[in-house]
Amino acid sequence: MKRYLTLWLGAILMFVAVQAQADLTIEITRGSDRATPIAIVPFASEGNLSLPEDVAQVISDDLKRSGQFEPLARDSLISRPTRSEDVNYRDWRAVDSDYLVVGEVAQEGGGYRVQYELLDVYGERRMIGEYITSNTEQLRRTAHYISDKIYEAITGVRGAFSTKIAYVTSQGSGDNIRYGLYVADADGRNSQEILSSNQPILSPAWSPDGSKLAYVSFETERPAIYIQELGSSRRVRATSFPGLNSAPAWSPDGRKLAMSLSKDGQPEIYVMDIANRSFQRLTNNSAIDTEPSWSPDGSKLVFTSDRSGGPQLYRYDIASGQAERITFTGNYNARGRYSPDGESMFLVHRSGNGYQIAKQDLETDRLVTLTDSRWDESPSVAPNGSMVIFATQQGNSGVLGAVSADGNASFRLPAAQGDVREPAWSPFLN
Amino acid sequence: MQFKPYAKSLAVALSLAFVAGCSSSGGTQDGALDGTAGSGTGGVAGQGQGMMSGQAGGTSMQAGQQGRIPDVRTIYFDFDSDQIRSEFQSVLTAHAQYLRSNGNARVVLEGHSDERGTREYNMALGERRAQSVERFLTVQGVSPSQFEIVSYGEERPAVRGHSEDAYAQNRRVVFSY
Repeated sequence: MKRYLTLWLGAILMFVAVQAQADLTIEITRGSDRATPIAIVPFASEGNLSLPEDVAQVISDDLKRSGQFEPLARDSLISRPTRSEDVNYRDWRAVDSDYLVVGEVAQEGGGYRVQYELLDVYGERRMIGEYITSNTEQLRRTAHYISDKIYEAITGVRGAFSTKIAYVTSQGSGDNIRYGLYVADADGRNSQEILSSNQPILSPAWSPDGSKLAYVSFETERPAIYIQELGSSRRVRATSFPGLNSAPAWSPDGRKLAMSLSKDGQPEIYVMDIANRSFQRLTNNSAIDTEPSWSPDGSKLVFTSDRSGGPQLYRYDIASGQAERITFTGNYNARGRYSPDGESMFLVHRSGNGYQIAKQDLETDRLVTLTDSRWDESPSVAPNGSMVIFATQQGNSGVLGAVSADGNASFRLPAAQGDVREPAWSPFLN
Repeated sequence: MQFKPYAKSLAVALSLAFVAGCSSSGGTQDGALDGTAGSGTGGVAGQGQGMMSGQAGGTSMQAGQQGRIPDVRTIYFDFDSDQIRSEFQSVLTAHAQYLRSNGNARVVLEGHSDERGTREYNMALGERRAQSVERFLTVQGVSPSQFEIVSYGEERPAVRGHSEDAYAQNRRVVFSY
């Protein structure tokens, strides 16, 4: 037991984020024609402060990215009020804007005081408003926070703009290939390197409290599952059995890790109790069983198995110990991920034209394809269920893409160089 | 398109599958099985296609007999298959021979897949391919203590790109001594 503590590798110096950055940019590829028009007026600043961030622009980009909002272009704003009492609602109805956001940034202490208000143009009322203090580094985070509040006030669904994404990069080829594990803001900015290796890294998975990442690294030239604390960079090797150590997935209570291990011959699903390191084997057959995903209530696990020939999704019920096949459309369905409400699965589906991200309703079993390129994989769902981030190809490079859960809106997050893949969307962090 | 050469040498592949199938019941019949595999090799090695069969030529046999690590250390697989293709039997036989006559030699069988499909599932497919080679070696009397399997799935492609040709070169097992 004590030994496990010593297993926490003193990796702080080696693995602490160096200057390495792999920020991603956003390119909207498809907007929704049902998007709600909203006007976000540039925030006023006293005395022409030179601000490190254009707060209104960050909010506008956030809301546009969701596919649910269509922010008005700045040059079509007819006036630039900064407080609700200065607003003439009739002006904003004239430009068909359903909502209006106004605000200002003032210097306070060493940082800023940001004030915003969200207004209902047709109801002619102030919906929400707030003062937020922020230091210089936090100004962008404050903007994401405001986006979250606006999103929730209008849609009734919690915003996920303040969340993060983890992803894997690779650069170079052959023996000079370099793999990196990064964590960045949900908009691809502020990337930080978590791990770097000349051996493959894959399958990052967030703990439910957002404080740790589990992942597979080949740094010893054998695959092993590691759990790394993001704050301290301390980490522990969770498994390093002979054969595959693959596809870690945290239970919703954060106490267990489901995974695929082939120590007994072929890949089987196991559940590891993280505290006492005991293992429970859930599957037992000669097929491949991998890619487990917990249901939000922790009572079931969906996994990929080729026991019927090609890969299909199966649902294992923990109480009964029984697994049933749940996908029947097409001959390749893999890497299922539950939606946060537990009512649908996002998965990789092979069609006549390659691999796309699809969504299957677990009530009706209806499967709908959400994406349209040929190499889409690794879906990971935003904690509010509104979007799915995935890996795809652009030219000869791996890039991340995202699509709204209804398939109506999508964007891409290309990197400046190298390949990006294996995205994992964090849980809510605040 | 990948299936043509497979069909051509179906008979050999079947006999190979039989050999592989025997592995679970123990590897005590080295001599007889060697003979079977050897005769199959002779017939097929010349029929090859393209670059890969060129690599799988006769030199590996001679190298094995001279006690050197065989030169050809990569064999390739068909799409979604872990069957040893007949043209690579000679390569495996040479490695088996080398490992049998060099009891201290150790090899890592690195299994790889092409990029199509999900990464973790491909990790499992890569392992299956390496296990298929493992069975072949075991049947040929190589001690299990001499090899280890590591699957890299699609994480270490030999060739970049989305062409069928790139895929064919990435679906492989590498003998890493």
